[in-house]
Amino acid sequence: MNWVTNNLETIISALGWHVALSVPAIVAALLCSIPLGWLAHRLPRYSGPIITGSGLLFAIPSLPLLIVLPVLTGAGMRDGSNVVIALTLYGIALLVRSVADGFNSISSETRLAATALGYSGFRRFLTVELPLAAPIILTGLRVVTASTIALCTVGAVLGIPSLGTLFTDGFQRQILAEIMTGIILTLGLAGICDALLVVLGKLLMPWQKQVA
Amino acid sequence: MNVIQETFNWLVDPQTWSTDGHNMIIRSVEHLQYSALAVTLAALLAIPAGWFMGHTRRFSGVIVGITGAARALPTLGLITLFGLLLGIGLVPPMIALVVLAIPSILAGTYSGISAINTSVIDAARAQGFTTRQLVTRVHLPLGFAMIVGGLRSAFIQVMSTAILAAYVGAGGLGRFIFLGINTQDTPMLLGASIWIMVLVVLVDALFSLGQRFATPTGVRRLHAVPATEPSAG
Repeated sequence: MNWVTNNLETIISALGWHVALSVPAIVAALLCSIPLGWLAHRLPRYSGPIITGSGLLFAIPSLPLLIVLPVLTGAGMRDGSNVVIALTLYGIALLVRSVADGFNSISSETRLAATALGYSGFRRFLTVELPLAAPIILTGLRVVTASTIALCTVGAVLGIPSLGTLFTDGFQRQILAEIMTGIILTLGLAGICDALLVVLGKLLMPWQKQVA
Repeated sequence: MNVIQETFNWLVDPQTWSTDGHNMIIRSVEHLQYSALAVTLAALLAIPAGWFMGHTRRFSGVIVGITGAARALPTLGLITLFGLLLGIGLVPPMIALVVLAIPSILAGTYSGISAINTSVIDAARAQGFTTRQLVTRVHLPLGFAMIVGGLRSAFIQVMSTAILAAYVGAGGLGRFIFLGINTQDTPMLLGASIWIMVLVVLVDALFSLGQRFATPTGVRRLHAVPATEPSAG
């Protein structure tokens, strides 16, 4: 406990970096997955390759990806943007499937009724299909949030600051409390973000009695 | 372009693979052996536990809780924690790898067993199947594909995490990455990273094939069995 009170500044800075890297990745993954998942739903012929491809992407180990990615993107290996891009890719890999499942779960009667009521293509998508697919997308987003926050720590071995820095620093300086602080804060941050998403889901989707 | 050329040269250099050079073949085998050992140890614990939970159809909340918490668990944190507590060497990362492999196998076995239609189990019981026969002739054939799916996620996760284990002094392929980082040897760093990716994708493809063969022909005709959730590390 002593270590925590003496190093509050280090801890807060690591936590700040962690939030600054993982939250943009989660948001970007959501924004990219909605059109991709919608495409997988609209073009069943391509949904197989899209889903398989994203599954394969998620199998790729994070540390090698962080090393190879800069060659393709031009970002520096130790830049925060490198982690954000890698985490976004992992997020997309997980979310595309949920988004496609969400859109696939809408019955064709609902869609036909919306068309009969005069909803144009884009308005139907925005005001009918997206809200109906949202609960399943939210379930996927909660998975993505937890795994993104956990994966973000890996960047620390390359020197990218995050809560993972507490692991590498704690290991090198043999401070058990530092590693424990890192683990507890990572789990805690994931828990808080998950709770926020549940509350947000209830506010945005009041018609849902219970978000699974 | 220069870096890409150098990396390619490193990958095709016989020195990279031979026993008197970087010994990448032996290191790859080592990496696969570590991973297989961790998954086997985890399976010995998780398959019986998953079977029990799936068979009794209780504890589904426990499964959801464990898989949820495992997702948020930072693998690097676990590796460094065990490394610091138990010292440098093979055993501490192995414990971390086993801990990380358990949730996927547990979830895969649980869903494989609990997804079996109850009427099938009732029919088997009505035919006079003993519990032993029920396990070997009903549970195992019908749940096998999902169990293999769980083993697949676990193996991929462990292979990824075993790279990080080199950070606390374990062997395997991760050492080339950390050696590359510390000596600023970019061709080695990139070459080893690319080779690890290829290896993981190959193993994943093999498991996917195994999963297909693990499905009984009758069930395969009825519907394709989806893979359990993949996991990166």
